[in-house]
Amino acid sequence: MVEIVNRPYEKAFERYARANPEVLCLSADLTSSCEIDKFRDKYPEQFLSLGMAEQNMLSFAGGLGLAGFRPFIHTFGVFLYRRPYDQLMASIAYPRRKVRLMGFLPGITTPGGMTHQAIEDIAVMRSIPNMTILETGDATEVESICEAADSIDGPVYCRVLRGTVPRLFDTPIEVGRMRELSLGDDVLIVTSGITTEEALRAKGALEGAGVSVRHLHLNTIKPFDAEAMLDHIGSVRHGVVTLENHVTEGGIGSLLAEIMADNGVGKKLVRLGLKDTYAHGGSRPYLMKYYGLDATALVDGVGRLLGRDLGIGEEQLAATRVEAVHSKEKAEAL
Amino acid sequence: MKNTKTTEEVAFGIRARVFEHAMRNNGGYLSQACSAAEQLAWLYNEELNLGAPTLPMIPKPFGGVPSASNPDYHTGAGYNGPAEPEYDRLFIAPAHYALVAYATLIEVGRMAPEGLEMFNKDGSSVEMIGAEHSPGMEVHNGTLGIGFSTAAGLAWGRKRRGEKGRTWVYMSDGEVQEGQTWEAIAAASHHGIDNLYALMDVNRQQCDGAMNSVMEVGDIKEKIEAFGGVAVWVDGHDLDQMRAAVRTPHRGKPLIILANSSPFRGMPYLQLRFPRLHYVRFKSERERADMNREIARSLGIPPIDYGKGH
Repeated sequence: MVEIVNRPYEKAFERYARANPEVLCLSADLTSSCEIDKFRDKYPEQFLSLGMAEQNMLSFAGGLGLAGFRPFIHTFGVFLYRRPYDQLMASIAYPRRKVRLMGFLPGITTPGGMTHQAIEDIAVMRSIPNMTILETGDATEVESICEAADSIDGPVYCRVLRGTVPRLFDTPIEVGRMRELSLGDDVLIVTSGITTEEALRAKGALEGAGVSVRHLHLNTIKPFDAEAMLDHIGSVRHGVVTLENHVTEGGIGSLLAEIMADNGVGKKLVRLGLKDTYAHGGSRPYLMKYYGLDATALVDGVGRLLGRDLGIGEEQLAATRVEAVHSKEKAEAL
Repeated sequence: MKNTKTTEEVAFGIRARVFEHAMRNNGGYLSQACSAAEQLAWLYNEELNLGAPTLPMIPKPFGGVPSASNPDYHTGAGYNGPAEPEYDRLFIAPAHYALVAYATLIEVGRMAPEGLEMFNKDGSSVEMIGAEHSPGMEVHNGTLGIGFSTAAGLAWGRKRRGEKGRTWVYMSDGEVQEGQTWEAIAAASHHGIDNLYALMDVNRQQCDGAMNSVMEVGDIKEKIEAFGGVAVWVDGHDLDQMRAAVRTPHRGKPLIILANSSPFRGMPYLQLRFPRLHYVRFKSERERADMNREIARSLGIPPIDYGKGH
């Protein structure tokens, strides 16, 4: 079975920040929620509490960037761009400050409901000039997110997973490089974040039904090099299915649509995710099922693309195991 | 830089230059020149410790916005000198004071008069609402209320590095309607950022008119102190009061000098336009001619020859 890692960000941030004294740890009253409470207690001189005041925090971080520091802002993803959008634009994105926006609880990974669920963050961030977007999909990516983010010459928004996180990969994030998880030739499945694990669950069942799956995992959403993606799209017979923990407008589904339209690719695209809707509060499995973000939704989407019922039941998906990364059948094996 | 003019002369020059520009261009930010002239003159001519300008006296044209593909991008901060540890830094938080700020740069010999001719011209960096790349500017402040926060972050960073230079913000009183201003004062106080200074032009005017008619803000000094800052009132046209105010003890707290000012100072004829003073655009050639005659008279200069058909 897959390895589950507890609070991977906590240790990763401490290790990275201690090795890089110009990194500052900023928090807005969600310190333990963002797994930096031990860091605060151990290294108060490298920690800045900015209170429940995100507008000031973002402009303040811009000022720290101007002074040559590289602030890592920790809060829930929604609080990094909804209320302080103007400050994000004027104080961070426009002047290309090296501010690292660590957005926790992406999409429906919180029971906090609409006010806490960053469901359109990628759409917002993709439309901001100078912004880079990274998303973590497993514990290894969370462990490498600090180094990846801090390698960006400018601002970067990261979707960070917290708490118990499965380990799917054994190599760190390489910015700009997607993971090729399988290289079949019927259908291309593109996922990022928590939907990658769902696709890994669906893959076995899909192959059992005779569908050859090509599966890509994105950890760098912007900037995006279309060339490699075009090769993959060209390598499948039937088309592309995207599954994202985000609304289907402006996220990776839109990214694929733009690449395909821009290059005149005449293949079908099925975009799965939140369909022009807010979510409500509930457990992650419940929300993923209710809003069609899980392996079942993906199998249905592939069936829709192929125009046939694949005859895969919930019980088959439930029985599908995601293998441990260090096992012989590790997820990254092609 | 060596002063060649008195601060009074600089203040007079700011008003005269903005007046001339407004006459020639059928309008401008006249009331801001009236209220701010002594304050900006005092900062640039006396109080700020700035190095020699690092950018050409005649501003370069717009050189593109910051992006990974624009490696030659730079801000307009070089008109305030280099960003060295010992020097002060200044943000002009109300970016619509740009015309007044540019006039100040000219009066203190940091920009050539030709710079003002580029004001608000297409392709120019001397923009109407001061941008990062505009002379004397270092950050975008066009959305009011963000300047003090950015300065607080910069000041914290400079204090952490042990730099002697102070970080100054020139503010406008309308900005206290923005919640971010209060967040910033609380943060600066909480973190003991006492190398942070602000001079606020309290002229009690905003875009829609008199502030008390738009949204009453109450006692600004009391509010600043309630949020943890140190504030001191001065007459914004009295240089000696500003000279004294900056010595107010403020250990562990930012110092905000509240400069009570008149938006008609030096141009009493502008009172006819009250309460719409934010941007004075002449409504008729007759009004323009009257303004020209009367304001020139109160400044003690000849009327501006702005030509016909403008």
